Amino acid sequence: MMSTGQTFATNALEYRYPGQAQPAIDGLTMQVPPGSVFALLGPNGSGKSTLLKLLLGVVTPTAGEAHYLDLPVGRWPRREYARHVGVVPQLEQITFPLTVRELVSMGRYPHMGAWRAEGSDDRQAIDQALERCEIVELAERPLGTLSGGERQRARVARALAQEPDTLVLDEPTAALDIHHEMAMFELLVQLARDDGKTVVIATHNLNLAARYATRVLLLDHGRPAATGTPVEVVEADIIGRVYRWPVTIVGHPGPGPDIGAPQVVPLAAASGGEGSEGSTGVSE
Amino acid sequence: MTVSAVARWLALSLLLAATLVASVFVGAADLSPGEVLAALLGRGDETTRTIVLNLRVPRAALAALVGACLALSGAVFQALLRNPLAEPYILGISGGAAVGAVTVIVLGLGVQLPWLLPVAAFAGALVAMGVVLRIALGAGGALDTRVLLLAGVVVGAFFNAIILLLLNFADANTFRAAVFWMMGNLSGATWRSVSLLAAYLFPAALVLMALARPFNLIAVGEDTALYLGTRVGTVKLVAYLMTSLLVAASVAVSGVIGFVGLIVPHALRLVWGSDHRMLLPASMMAGASFLMVTDTVARTIAAPAELPTGVVTALAGVPVFVVLLMRSNK
Repeated sequence: MMSTGQTFATNALEYRYPGQAQPAIDGLTMQVPPGSVFALLGPNGSGKSTLLKLLLGVVTPTAGEAHYLDLPVGRWPRREYARHVGVVPQLEQITFPLTVRELVSMGRYPHMGAWRAEGSDDRQAIDQALERCEIVELAERPLGTLSGGERQRARVARALAQEPDTLVLDEPTAALDIHHEMAMFELLVQLARDDGKTVVIATHNLNLAARYATRVLLLDHGRPAATGTPVEVVEADIIGRVYRWPVTIVGHPGPGPDIGAPQVVPLAAASGGEGSEGSTGVSE
Repeated sequence: MTVSAVARWLALSLLLAATLVASVFVGAADLSPGEVLAALLGRGDETTRTIVLNLRVPRAALAALVGACLALSGAVFQALLRNPLAEPYILGISGGAAVGAVTVIVLGLGVQLPWLLPVAAFAGALVAMGVVLRIALGAGGALDTRVLLLAGVVVGAFFNAIILLLLNFADANTFRAAVFWMMGNLSGATWRSVSLLAAYLFPAALVLMALARPFNLIAVGEDTALYLGTRVGTVKLVAYLMTSLLVAASVAVSGVIGFVGLIVPHALRLVWGSDHRMLLPASMMAGASFLMVTDTVARTIAAPAELPTGVVTALAGVPVFVVLLMRSNK
């Protein structure tokens, strides 16, 4: 593949879980441009998490390829990759007592060998990450004593301590209240806008994706149902068809910089409204 | 190093030194501290020198090394399996090593081929580890705590049955030797077994300590470890090989001694947290102290009779573990 200048790029990417007839990712070609806030949308089981695993090299494609900065993901030495890409995975079960600072300092491991102790640049990166995620005062607290929102910010801070060019987050706001959810999206947008990082986020929150993302990919059964800007993708017939539920789209009423952004309003099942026409027709 | 870190290593060093001195000065033979000291300096009568230099010191050293091996492997298993209850004895790995050792003894090969016993113990440990992990992974995909412990218990019971089966065909002397392996006993300590175990422990410990940061990450999650630059498969393979080696070597010289690998790292985690750069060397030091103390109790409490050390570690260890577990759940 020739140089594309894309952060992530896939070409006819396919992944089939062992023993499955249907591929989870089915011949997907997509690009994540540098500096974008890239939202990965789709119903449960549409392949979001599998696509992230392919982009992050957890699994190897059964066909096609996934590139990071024009090099196949599988060819990146893992430590080198970890200095470029910070990840906030969906689920982590922390069995042993660990403080916030200990968790965040793990973000420095890709920059350290087996024996080297934390240097001043490591400590600076950790402090900055704690500050950025507004958890400086929680640094010495055991993770077990934090709320869901605080713990999630600690995990984002760990990814930031990696000083990555690219951040990948798998449903980072799944269990958060609106305060923490909004704060998370605002933080991610700042990281893209002010620090020039590329942010890839898999999420179920269509409305926040429509307000904050610069690019959107809507997956359906491992294939792209739509891709483009939020305005191009978040349309009543597309969303209604993919999620198999009648919706209508309204403009965000404002005030704020994202006034007019398309917002999805799901309709009652018996509404017979405008959005339901197209969607009920294609239900399986 | 911070003040608290200095205090921590100082405390562990003092504990190690104190338990070493205690286990050399306390014993079944009624020797005064002066006599022991004289023997250590190469003076005093022949019998006392033999007791101190060829019985007590190597036995204390062997207890220290076995304790270090078991506590270190326990700490590593717990990180790899993300499970505070993982331990070579509970996982059936010590049992697998014991089957290897007992097989060699029953077949009468131990005398002509002295190298065969540790090798057979190592093979037994690897087989046990493979079977336990296979059952635990096959049953649920992910490593479920309950399934893992159940797999360990079942595999351990199976290996015990094999040992009992082998013993059916053994003569009285072999029987005694084999029972020694099943109960865990340090009375066979010689300078040879001490140097053998030290030759296994120190290189393996160095390799495992170099993996302390990957262990920190794997303890959080294998995907997380990969995202932070760890070659998870390689780290796990090396770690399982090294821990199997440590368990096999300790079983070969002392039989099956349980609970050291469970209690020592668990207690340290509760007090000082879970950074494996601290935890692995601290576990070795505290494990060495723990087994020297329990072995001193084993050989003196019912003197002149000796209790098997493995029985004492279990009797002392299980209640301590229950208390720690209940406190940590609050």
